[in-house]
Amino acid sequence: MHWQGIKIEGLRKRYGEGDTAVDALKGVDMRVAPGEVVGLVGPSGSGKTTLLKCLGAVIEPTAGRMSLGEDVIYDQGWKISDLRELRRDKIGFVFQAPYLIPFLDVTDNVALLPMLAGVPNEEARKRAVELLEALDVAHRAKAMPSQLSGGEQQRVSIARALVNRPPVILADEPTAPLDSERALAVIRILNDMAHRFETAVIVVTHDEKIIPTFKRIYHIRDGVTYEEAGEGRGFEPALDKFAVK
Amino acid sequence: MISLAGRDILHSWGKFVFTGVGLGLLIGVTLTMAGVYRGMVDDGKALLDNSGADLWVVQKDTLGPYAESSSLYDDVYRGILGMPGVARAANVTYLTMQVRHGETDVRSMVVGVVPGGPGEPGQPGYLIAGRQITRGHYEAVADVATKFQLGERIQIRRNIYTVVGLTRRMVSSSGDPMVFIALKDAQAAQFLKDNDAIVHQRRRTSANPTYNRPGVPGLLNSVIASQSINTSVNAVLVQILPGFTPAEVAEPIRRWKRLQVYTRAQMEDLLIRKLIATSAKQIGMFLVILAIVSAAIVAFIIYTLTLGKIREIAVLKLIGTKNRTIAGMIMQQAVGLGMIGFVVGKIAATTWAPFFPKYVLLEPVDAAWGFFALMVICVLASVLAIRAALKVDPAEAIGG
Ligand SMILES: Nc1ncnc2c1ncn2[C@@H]1O[C@H](COP(=O)(O)OP(=O)(O)OP(=O)(O)O)[C@@H](O)[C@H]1O
Ligand SMILES: [Mg+2]
Repeated sequence: MHWQGIKIEGLRKRYGEGDTAVDALKGVDMRVAPGEVVGLVGPSGSGKTTLLKCLGAVIEPTAGRMSLGEDVIYDQGWKISDLRELRRDKIGFVFQAPYLIPFLDVTDNVALLPMLAGVPNEEARKRAVELLEALDVAHRAKAMPSQLSGGEQQRVSIARALVNRPPVILADEPTAPLDSERALAVIRILNDMAHRFETAVIVVTHDEKIIPTFKRIYHIRDGVTYEEAGEGRGFEPALDKFAVK
Repeated sequence: MISLAGRDILHSWGKFVFTGVGLGLLIGVTLTMAGVYRGMVDDGKALLDNSGADLWVVQKDTLGPYAESSSLYDDVYRGILGMPGVARAANVTYLTMQVRHGETDVRSMVVGVVPGGPGEPGQPGYLIAGRQITRGHYEAVADVATKFQLGERIQIRRNIYTVVGLTRRMVSSSGDPMVFIALKDAQAAQFLKDNDAIVHQRRRTSANPTYNRPGVPGLLNSVIASQSINTSVNAVLVQILPGFTPAEVAEPIRRWKRLQVYTRAQMEDLLIRKLIATSAKQIGMFLVILAIVSAAIVAFIIYTLTLGKIREIAVLKLIGTKNRTIAGMIMQQAVGLGMIGFVVGKIAATTWAPFFPKYVLLEPVDAAWGFFALMVICVLASVLAIRAALKVDPAEAIGG
């Protein structure tokens, strides 16, 4: 019984009712294997964010089926009673803006998630610092978020998404505010992490700089997905970064 | 788990401290209002204690001598002295007036007492300087709050008195310092009319054929003489013999002398429930308004601070923070604000209380109640903000 990644079948989402109803997703099928980073691209309003929100258990789909490995999380209705726990333990989120908690320092921003899951403070901070080291921001571990550059903030938010070792990472335009060098660095990190932790990663993007890096891409148009082989070869895993562990 | 509320307060401590100081000054005012009330009660008790009496004998059907005016003949006390259980009885008069001191007036309660040995009811209990009144005329003992000095001359009506002694905490129920003078002087002062009024009264009396009878020489003079002396006092203060209860001694005086007699407990009740009742309600009103204003301030500040953190709250929810944790964070901040406010308020009240013209008595028990009420207010005030926070959709963190 091992982890088999994300499976989405016939997923539909309708916003509103009656005349004003919007069918944002009209039957999405998608599979992401453990350790794989796939791109999700499509024009504005095509339903990318809606798909991430459904998979992230933030909004409820209208119909269809979603599973994470062996666990069916949605099948014409939620199959999980505590969605917050699901989000905390199974899903890492990376947003366009880093959205760090301004009153916690870098370490505690990352350590907060394991703390919320009941991990003792010291242990949670140790995990956080390890990840910050892997992401090259450990030297800013005691800084407040407002004292970081945009790229540093984004790396901290990636550390936060990874710290509970979730099987899934959902990233919505994670590179939008970054220059191409930093954008590529972020994608490289996501690839490294996916490889290292067997994480399934979906990256929503418009970003021409990073689209070529995906091995596999889903196109979404009018709420329907089309799979396509990407031109990228992905990244070679940089395992040396994790030699410390 | 770390304290999210604590971290947020540390992060934006300036905002919290400023709001806390503002709230604190308001709480300081609240504590002071309570202190003013306590001071009034305490002044009342001091008045009763310092009179040295066990029973107050006053005019029938009055609540005298402090809550209503009362008038008795000044020889009534002789009859009372003969009643069972009475150790001592002394006449006393009270007259609130402006006492002239050089160029200024001091509002005081002039107390007429029978000059006598120490322990006589009505006399100031102890002196901090000088001596008691020994002569029958023109000597005064003043409370230090009048700011009179030993040996100074003060003017009560048309007569000049020398301050021979100073005492402390001798105040009327409205907080005016007392000036003690001999009973005879006080009776005269109460009755004293200006020269025009005397002339006017004499003329009226002589014009009245009832008094000015040609066949009865001397009648007019006697009438005029009787009109110009005052034989009334406001109360008789009674001390009882050991072994008697106040009620035991009071009952026969009430029945046989047909006078009103109050025990110490009844007197205290009269002063606190009747005399200062309106002021107490006034202060109560203030306390209610201040409580509402404090609640509104805490609610508004916490609500604003929470609205400023909507995005962080959405992120916290998205990453799996429980509603309980988020509500706890907001409530702890409200309570933290309340604590800062309380500390500031307590310090402020303690600092400014001595500068109030009347006695402000800050009771620790009032502070404890204030603290308790403030905590309840803070918790209630955070409800609005908590509701707003719980409504935040975690999807907002993801955006479009
Ligand atoms: N809360 C909502 N209520 C109603 N309609 C919505 C809501 N959210 C999104 N929609 C609609 O659903 C469709 C898909 O929106 P979605 O946000 O998923 O697009 P997107 O692909 O993320 O676009 P973008 O690239 O601009 O971010 C759009 O037509 C949008 O107007
Ligand atoms: Mg979007």
